[in-house]
Formats: sequence, structure tokens, C-alpha cells
Amino acid sequence: MKKYLAIFLLLIVGFYLIQAFNLVPFGANRVGNIDDESTVGAYYLKNTVPKTSVANVVTAIVVNYRGFDTLGEVTVLFLATTGLGSILFRKRKHGEEEERVLKESSQLVKIGSRLLFPFIALLGIYVFIHGHLTPGGGFQGGAIIATGFLLMLVAYKNYKLGHGALTWIESLAGITFAGIGIWGLITGGTFLENNAFPGLGNVNDLISGGVIPIIYIAVGFKVAAELTGVLDILLSIKPNKN
Amino acid sequence: MIFYVVIFSILALLLVASGLYAIIQKDLLYAVISTGVISLILSVMFYLLQAPDVALTEAAIGVALTTVIFVITIRNTTRFEDENDNNKVK
Repeated sequence: MKKYLAIFLLLIVGFYLIQAFNLVPFGANRVGNIDDESTVGAYYLKNTVPKTSVANVVTAIVVNYRGFDTLGEVTVLFLATTGLGSILFRKRKHGEEEERVLKESSQLVKIGSRLLFPFIALLGIYVFIHGHLTPGGGFQGGAIIATGFLLMLVAYKNYKLGHGALTWIESLAGITFAGIGIWGLITGGTFLENNAFPGLGNVNDLISGGVIPIIYIAVGFKVAAELTGVLDILLSIKPNKN
Repeated sequence: MIFYVVIFSILALLLVASGLYAIIQKDLLYAVISTGVISLILSVMFYLLQAPDVALTEAAIGVALTTVIFVITIRNTTRFEDENDNNKVK
């Protein structure tokens, strides 16, 4: 019975997929040719800067025109982290000290990583705050911050990360993203309406582009917290060599 | 223009070479490091192709995080590929 239901649902999905693909004429080039106004690439290049006042067109597409996709991506990352955590996280017995499996690293590594860590974190924060002006954005900045934490986790055997704080950062960032989207609906626009609250501002200003910088800052915090959590979980598995 | 073509061809050859090295190498640690090299070369290629956003992503995720996760995995499992290719779980 279940099998037939699955086949039936698959048929429905397949039918609508084929319907959607039939809307585009077979073999038609909808991406290329920048001079032709009706193609999608030309539309973005021409309209992004005046309509969203964001200098980085890639950011405008990822966060605004395709903002719903980005929300989905963030959800995928969240689910992956949760799955990994639920498989690998080992609940410590009462009174058992948290212990990392790595050996004690040398003094040189410790001091070096302590020197480097603030600069790596600063670079990450710079990348996601300036996501709408320069290349980069939330995902990249978050990954850079996570590599900084990785350095500290590898160098210091007993480096403690507050799991509660990580969870809170992750959840608040996710709520911010979804909340901004819903705020657009409340103010009478669409989901993730761009000029919903701070206003568009001038191109190339730090505070410009409507909700895009806020969303990218939220995404940056979220990705950083998630990837750091993954690394922490992975580094606290005991190897069973026998 | 010819300069870019030459640089690009060298990078592409290095990319294929390190990919082949990763397949052939029996020591999995070396194989993982060479996949990291693949990501590094790819990020340079993305930068040359004027896609700095993708280059940043590739550099942060591909070179640093993925490589490290694989190294941790190798630490927790076995370092050498099994000669007889039977999946021994240790």
C-alpha cells in the first residue's frame, strides 16, 4: 500500500516537473546574450543596482532575488548539523570531564594560533558585513570564522566551547532570517521584501540595500556556529584503535 | 590574453595531476591533502574566471574545512588503503 502511495506521489511530482519544463521552449537560451533584454542575465545586470542598490550583483541574486533558495540552503545545513550531532554526540556521564582526543600541541602552535585567531575572526566578520559591497558573504565569512575556531580547537586540548551559546546563536540567526521574510509579508509586500525596513540607501554605502546586509550577517553567524559545532563534535570522538 | 591561457592550462594540468595522485595513492592522508590541493587550484581558477565569490567559498570550505574533516576521519579509522580491498571495520 505504501509503495503504491509513493509511486502515486512521485507521478504527481513528475507531472508538474514536466509541466514546468514545458514552459521553456526546448533548446532556448535563457541565460546568455547580455544585450538581449528578455534574457535573465541581462535583466539582473541591468536592474540589480538601481532596484536594490547593492553593488555586488551576486549577493543581490543570492539573498534577494533567490532569497527563498538561500533560506532552504540554510535549513539544509541546519538539518545536516543536527543529524551529525544526533549520530555522533556522546552524552557524558555525570562528573566525566570533557576531553578532546588530540595530543597536547607544542608551545609554538599554541601561541601562534592565539595570535592568528583574532585576525581570522576579524576577516570573517569583515567578509560577511561587507557581503553586499565586496565579494563574499554570509557563507564565506561563517566558514572563515569556523576555520579560526578550528585552529583554537586543534591547538588547545581543553578549549571549551559553550554548546548552549552555539545553539542560541544558530537559532536566533535562523529566526532573524525567517522573521525578516515574514516582516515583508506583514508590511504588505512579498516574502523577503527588500525595502521592508531600513530603506534602500545609496549604492556603495555600508548601510544600504535594504534587508540584504542584515540577512547576510544572520547567515554568517548561523554558518559559523553550525560549522564550529560540527568540528567540535568531530574532534571529541574517541578513536578506537585496537 | 596568451598569458592567461598559459596560466590556465598549467593550473588545469596540475588539477588533473593531483586528482590522479589522490586516486592512485594508497596512503589516505596524502590522498586527502592532494584533494585539498585540488580545491586550492580550483579556487585560483575561479578567481581567474572572475568569480571571486565562488573562489572565497572554495578556499574556505574546500581547502580548510573539508580537508580537516577528512583528516580527523582518517585519524579515527585507518590510514592505509587495504591491499586486498575487503572492508575491514576496525
